[in-house]
Amino acid sequence: MSQKQLFELNNVNKSFTKGKEEITIFNGLNMSIKEGEFLAIMGPSGSGKTTLLNLLGGVDRPTAGDILFRGSPINNLSEGQLSKWRAEHIGFIFQFYNLMPMLNAARNVELPLLLKKLSRSQRRNSVDTALKLVGLEARAGHQPSELSGGQQQRVAIARAIVSDPTFLLCDEPTGDLDRATAVEILEILQLLNREFGKTIVMVTHDPAAAEYASRCLHLDKGEFIEKDLAA
Amino acid sequence: MGSLISQIQAVVAMNLRSLPQRIWMSLATLFAVAIVVAVLLAFLSMANGFQQTVKNTGSESLAVILRAGSQAELNSVITRDQVNLLSEAPGIVRGDKGPKVSAELYVTVDGIKRSSQTEVNLPLRGISESGISLREGFTIIEGRMFEPGKNEIVVGSSVLREFSGFELGNSLRFGKTTWTVVGVFEAGASVFASELWTDVRTLQSQFNRGSSAQVIRVALQQPGDIGAITEYIDKEPRLNMDVKTEAEYYQEQAKAMSDMIFFLGWPLAIAMALGALAGALNTMYNSVAQRAVEIATLRAIGFRGVSAFLGTLVESLVLAFIGGLLGTLAAFLLFDGISASTLGGSFTQIVFSFELSSDAFVQGITLAMIIGLVGGFFPALKASRVPVMVAFSVDP
Repeated sequence: MSQKQLFELNNVNKSFTKGKEEITIFNGLNMSIKEGEFLAIMGPSGSGKTTLLNLLGGVDRPTAGDILFRGSPINNLSEGQLSKWRAEHIGFIFQFYNLMPMLNAARNVELPLLLKKLSRSQRRNSVDTALKLVGLEARAGHQPSELSGGQQQRVAIARAIVSDPTFLLCDEPTGDLDRATAVEILEILQLLNREFGKTIVMVTHDPAAAEYASRCLHLDKGEFIEKDLAA
Repeated sequence: MGSLISQIQAVVAMNLRSLPQRIWMSLATLFAVAIVVAVLLAFLSMANGFQQTVKNTGSESLAVILRAGSQAELNSVITRDQVNLLSEAPGIVRGDKGPKVSAELYVTVDGIKRSSQTEVNLPLRGISESGISLREGFTIIEGRMFEPGKNEIVVGSSVLREFSGFELGNSLRFGKTTWTVVGVFEAGASVFASELWTDVRTLQSQFNRGSSAQVIRVALQQPGDIGAITEYIDKEPRLNMDVKTEAEYYQEQAKAMSDMIFFLGWPLAIAMALGALAGALNTMYNSVAQRAVEIATLRAIGFRGVSAFLGTLVESLVLAFIGGLLGTLAAFLLFDGISASTLGGSFTQIVFSFELSSDAFVQGITLAMIIGLVGGFFPALKASRVPVMVAFSVDP
């Protein structure tokens, strides 16, 4: 597994203004993520987990400091450049799946491919491969409302990996699922990390979910407490 | 560019496919637009129908001569001597029986409108055989022609349809005299079908007009050329008259009324359009709020803001377009071809049919699309600015 740095956060500050009050989330946060890692981020509500995920995903910008992706800062990119960067490098997996309710599973999975110059048959092949990987090839024509929560999350995973992104950002991917289904999802994520080399950053409240990661960072009041789970 | 088009297509398709989720609000907007368009088209078809009827009346081959300064036949007076003098003017067609000149008398009589049972003024025209020969498309469709010297009238087909009491054989009392309806005529979709006709000399006698007339119609040697007659009148001090082609005369008569209908219709439609616009804005803002997570998810995946903008705008335009089509269909079914009457230039009733023209159709759809465009623009702007963070940790 490559040990190159994928992300580096240098002295990142992040604060919000709420009314007249300024709320500081991060004050000089430093961290790095290596390529091929499966990183779990845990912490109580309000600790900054989702904010960190937003910063790594180019969805939010730091108030100060740098976020380097493969050595290049992403916090200076324009909105359009960030959209392009996200399309190229990130697969998002959300707690509530965020599937388009009017599209069937295959159409949902196809969405990221519409951002690339691919023919219809190329798109169809990629969709079939992704659905097969998550074990849902037989459900390609089903609407999200016809699928269980676990199946919907598997479709969401297929959507996240279909365009072969550099890394996956998972926001409480098992938060809405029962234990058995959660295990299925975590095993798929582990497979993607171990067999396909995908770097995964997963925010979770669940210690059992965090055990699937190779490294776990505990975030509390905007600061990290690191625990190594690789052993 | 190709990828942007794919994004836009995908978002537009998703928005349209999600319409059933907002079915009632979408239907409300759709119907609001339809009503606005239907009302506008009702006015436009009314103006168009009125204009067409009056336009059908005027011929370039005839000239209408009134006393100078008279706006209409009703307030003109022409003496017998003037008629005789004018018959000598150049530029008038001359046949075996002399110049083709018709001196006509035009008075108003009472009628009752069938639809409202209200009393209205109807034109009773005194006309001679030569006058009838100048009217193209004149046909007796029921009964017979009036006989000179008798209190007999023939009624236009539109009069029979819109006003009560003019059935064949009926006796009518105008002032102190009684008249009998002996025939019904058609006059080729012109205003003459809204008139009653009788012998000019009988009318002059019964209405104490001596030998005077109110209008002279002449057949022109060259269609549209009134130069020779105008020059003749200018040189003859006893003839203080205005000359127009019949087409020009009726166009002027129609203009004021059709302008009024037109300028009443548009402001009313615009006032209603503002209401529909509020509905469209509400629907589209609701649509954006309902799809905020979907929009943010697409943005997170890498879709650009412009695709969310256009997707929302197209949804609004599609709703407005369907509303516009429905409004047009409703206007066509409810108004096209219906008969109505209104006050013409001589304070008498003109019967006409509503006519939905292709121009009116285009104007109706244009108004619908403007509602859709403005009603969709600001919500679309909002859609393009939905923060991507909305996609995270939101319970749908």
